[in-house]
Amino acid sequence: MASAAFVAPTRRLDKAVEAFMVWLLRIGGWASVLVTFGIIVTLVTESAPFFAKVPLIRLVKDTMWTPLFADPQYGIGALLAGTLVTTGVALSVAIPLGTILAIYLSEFAPARFREAVKPMLELLSAVPTVVYGYFALLAVTPVLQMIFPDLPQFSMLSAGLIMGIMIVPYVSSLGEDAMRSVPMLLREGAYALGDGKLGVALRVVFPGAFSGLAAAYVLAISRAVGETMIVAIAAGLQPKMTINPLESAATVTAFIVQVSLGDLPHGSLGYQSIFVAGSMLFLLTLGFNLAGHALRKKFHRAT
Amino acid sequence: MLDRWFGRIGMLLTLATLGVLAVLLLNLAMNGLARIDWQFLTTFPSRRAAEAGILSAWAGTLLLMFVTAVVAIPFGIAAGIYLEEYAPKNRWTDLIEINIANLAGVPSILYGLMALGLFVYYFQFGQSILSGGLALACLVLPIVIVATRESLRSIPSTIREAAFALGATRWQAVWHHLLPYSTGGIATGVILAMSRAIGESAPLITIGALTFIAFLPPAAITSTPPFLSVEWLFSPFSALPIQMFNWVSRPGEQFHANAAAAGLVLMVITLSMNGAAILIRSRAQRNIKW
Repeated sequence: MASAAFVAPTRRLDKAVEAFMVWLLRIGGWASVLVTFGIIVTLVTESAPFFAKVPLIRLVKDTMWTPLFADPQYGIGALLAGTLVTTGVALSVAIPLGTILAIYLSEFAPARFREAVKPMLELLSAVPTVVYGYFALLAVTPVLQMIFPDLPQFSMLSAGLIMGIMIVPYVSSLGEDAMRSVPMLLREGAYALGDGKLGVALRVVFPGAFSGLAAAYVLAISRAVGETMIVAIAAGLQPKMTINPLESAATVTAFIVQVSLGDLPHGSLGYQSIFVAGSMLFLLTLGFNLAGHALRKKFHRAT
Repeated sequence: MLDRWFGRIGMLLTLATLGVLAVLLLNLAMNGLARIDWQFLTTFPSRRAAEAGILSAWAGTLLLMFVTAVVAIPFGIAAGIYLEEYAPKNRWTDLIEINIANLAGVPSILYGLMALGLFVYYFQFGQSILSGGLALACLVLPIVIVATRESLRSIPSTIREAAFALGATRWQAVWHHLLPYSTGGIATGVILAMSRAIGESAPLITIGALTFIAFLPPAAITSTPPFLSVEWLFSPFSALPIQMFNWVSRPGEQFHANAAAAGLVLMVITLSMNGAAILIRSRAQRNIKW
């Protein structure tokens, strides 16, 4: 007891510091919630006046998106079409390529090659998107124009292709992680039954890692839907209801950029329209992000 | 037979994918390298492409990164420590976790819209370095949080138990033992977060960052007391990716050469930051054997 009485003062200080730090750290934890809250509140309050002026049905019924014109049209489908096409092109590059790379790196590549290549692949998603936009517009489009002579200067095809390259690492590294966490025993079982390497990869590892891979795909979709600079630079800024990747069309994100480049007064209908587009984008990506999170959790619980 | 073919195809596709990066760099270098000289780095943008430079752009980027780092690093690390070491397992903690997972996937342009509504108009910060820096800080916050959590998680629980056994409080265990062991991982995360923030243009365009800025923000250190000024926080700004976007969207070979040069500068910065992060990570992994 005597010694306890002797240490008590510093102990009390320790406890006070502890209590203080818990509060400080908790504030940090809640800061992230505050950011989400800030995003949602801003989107809702800034786009609410828009819906007071424009009936919701026109978003679906109109076929053009021209909120800044004298005779405004509010068919948000025209923007969603652009997002759909560029995302589709990007995924048709990223999912097959990313999956093959994931299978190769996880099951076939020598360990040293894998460790050397992985960080280099991840650089692909670290390149600033404005640089990708430059590359798509000024390097890829001219090459594509040799194949499709009618391809306009701005096209969803070239923006989508480069966007696909950008998201390959999301698919390949998440996918590879998922495949590598499939237990060795399963592979050995299949080998014992006489299956080859590719057979094991496709019939045992791929199905075993599928929910992990699906999470990677879903996150890649979310990334493609929200990508802004590549499409704003290379796919064009004119909203158009088309599903032809050889044409130019604005995406939801490109529309926000286009409006932001001009100088719209706070509170005007044009200003509010970018928050409407933003809300659309938030809902879309929220759905994909939550699905991806759930799939990842499911996969981690399974392995 | 099939196995060997798949091995070859896989290797080929891997190299081809990396080849895109190489072609991109080569393209930037071929078009932009000739433009990069002392004059390019030390002059303001101009209507005449050949005389234009990136002085206001890199100055703006530097100041933005300062604001972003000052906000995102402490909050991110604090949140990471809280969630990994303190948070009780309950519904609120689950909520924060799902929130961070979603936040990491929110498109960057939405951070720009939030900054436009909240910082620029509601808090009246204007289209300033402060608004831009805060937008980027919110954007990279999840990266810092996740990196902090992962490096804390990789420390075996025996370290914590040993500290508690000697009478340390939880904070003392964190401060004297866990944080020193996780500096490598946290530093990697911080560098990657900053490299992401440097390349971001969409949120800055959304808050209305001007693209033609031919002046520098007011100096932070003044000759009259109190010698420090925060006026620069409220100054309009340009940034490297914004300047590059401006040049890309102009017609004319010469402006495109400027864009390539600015892109090259951006690539050198981001690639070296990523390289540093990879080095630190592999160093930290090599030195610590639990």
